[in-house]
Amino acid sequence: MSTVTEIAILVLAAFVGFEVISKVPNTLHTPLMSGTNAIHGIVLLGGLLLMHEAHGVLEHVLLVIAITFGTINVIGGFFVTDRMLGMFKRKPDPVAAERDGASADGKGPGQ
Amino acid sequence: MIHTAVFLQSTNFIDACYIAAFALFIYGMSGLTGPRTAVPGNKIAAAGMALAVVATLLQKHVWDGSSTPWLIVVGLLLGTAVGIPAARQVRMTAMPQMVALFNGVGGGAVALIAWIEFRHRFGGDYPLKSEIPSLLAAIIGSISFWGSNIAFGKLQEILPGRPLKLPGQSLINGALFLVTIASAIILAAGTHSQALFILGILVAAAILGNMVVLPIGGADMPVVISLLNAFTGLSAGLTGIALNNTALIVAGMIVGASGTILTNLMAKAMNRSVPAIVAGGFGGAVAAPAAGVDHGGTVRSTSAQDVAIQLSYARLVVIAPGYGMAVAQAQHAVRELERALEAKGVEVRFAIHPVAGRMPGHMNVLLAEADVPYENLKEMDEINPEFARTDVTLVIGANDVTNPAAKNEPGSPIYGMPILEVDQSHSVIVLKRSMASGFAGIDNPLFYDPKTAMLFGDAKQSVSDITSEVQAL
Repeated sequence: MSTVTEIAILVLAAFVGFEVISKVPNTLHTPLMSGTNAIHGIVLLGGLLLMHEAHGVLEHVLLVIAITFGTINVIGGFFVTDRMLGMFKRKPDPVAAERDGASADGKGPGQ
Repeated sequence: MIHTAVFLQSTNFIDACYIAAFALFIYGMSGLTGPRTAVPGNKIAAAGMALAVVATLLQKHVWDGSSTPWLIVVGLLLGTAVGIPAARQVRMTAMPQMVALFNGVGGGAVALIAWIEFRHRFGGDYPLKSEIPSLLAAIIGSISFWGSNIAFGKLQEILPGRPLKLPGQSLINGALFLVTIASAIILAAGTHSQALFILGILVAAAILGNMVVLPIGGADMPVVISLLNAFTGLSAGLTGIALNNTALIVAGMIVGASGTILTNLMAKAMNRSVPAIVAGGFGGAVAAPAAGVDHGGTVRSTSAQDVAIQLSYARLVVIAPGYGMAVAQAQHAVRELERALEAKGVEVRFAIHPVAGRMPGHMNVLLAEADVPYENLKEMDEINPEFARTDVTLVIGANDVTNPAAKNEPGSPIYGMPILEVDQSHSVIVLKRSMASGFAGIDNPLFYDPKTAMLFGDAKQSVSDITSEVQAL
């Protein structure tokens, strides 16, 4: 791929990033930050692609750490986002849960 | 079979997978911007990630060229073994630190990958157009790794939350930045010195990351995490250019751009500018606070029983939660209080400041966890006009976001920040551990207001006490 193509992709991706995010309710800022945080863990691919070039103990250790870090970033990020979002799920049934039902479904005070 | 294998390993097929993967990222992320589509959105993005990883692993040379391909598996398993339990077990209140930490390791991965690239590819026929992004990625990744770790340390209260500042700090930072750039130029120009790479790029950027985040006060920390998130995204995108990997370029840059937007949204909510935050020290030297303004008054303290009576006979009660509620894990107790009051016919609303807690949306997450109905959570602009008809406002562990000095005292460091105008309500009850000032380290005149009463103690205990008193009435 030519440098120009790659820079073009980079610029277009930046605009997509701006566009996708411009309207987000405050409520979803934390999950959104956490979700995008998981996505940049994709740098783990770099570790995978470089492994066959590694020589010697130091380089192998560095790459294993890099892959581990990237995987933590990806897996942890998506899981934590899912957990956060799971807490908003019950929201669409508004009045029914209000009076008594809701407290019975498991979560007592104080976790 | 052989045909299938060849097809699956062909560059075209892998590229197609990458394109599908980043399409899934974009689609998933646009889902994350709406409450209804957010859960599937996150899963779609995760599916995109799985696809990208699998497509990479399908490439023949990833396995054949390596003497120790099983190390890849070790890395993936180790990461999974650390990541899943961490994500499962973290308390909702510790979420911001967790995000900081996940972000940090991402930045660390970027820096390490750049180091390997340097050891192997630099010096030979590696083109400049790969070297430059790789060097920049190393700098930004290293800043992000160390900065995020400091942010984690501050939020986890391993490090003091107050700004830590050296004299002439901005000069030192500027010098460090110049060192990293100069080293990058020297290396890109063809000097192949690993010592320079380690010291001039990785170490200098690491010190810079520490120096930039240490002086930032806790109140600004959400903005900083978001900024570092954007940084890591950008550095991942640069790694993509160096490695000619479309999936990395697109995914990294989207995060870089969206993280920047999010950072701006947060900074705006606090009426701060991003450069001012990075330049350091919210409070710090500036906060010989509000010279000449002496609040003088005394603080009136009250009892759970009195509070219960006041609340039970109110028509509209607004609860303004803050980080104190999160620390005390009081959200479930608060939900119980809401129920008890509603059973008495009192209308209860929650006033959510955009930056209450340590991250935007922090309060929403906690209250949703405790089953507070979504429509009772009111954002700042919606609730502020309501305070005039509010009988009692219950401030639970919130401080700076309710501080009227932001409106009335031009000398205050938080002057101009939009606040919850709780001082407009008929009476205010503040639940607080002690008279210590908020995270921003600024005195709050609200506490000295004659219509304010303070209930000292652990927020969870206080709220439970109030609830049982309300139920006993």
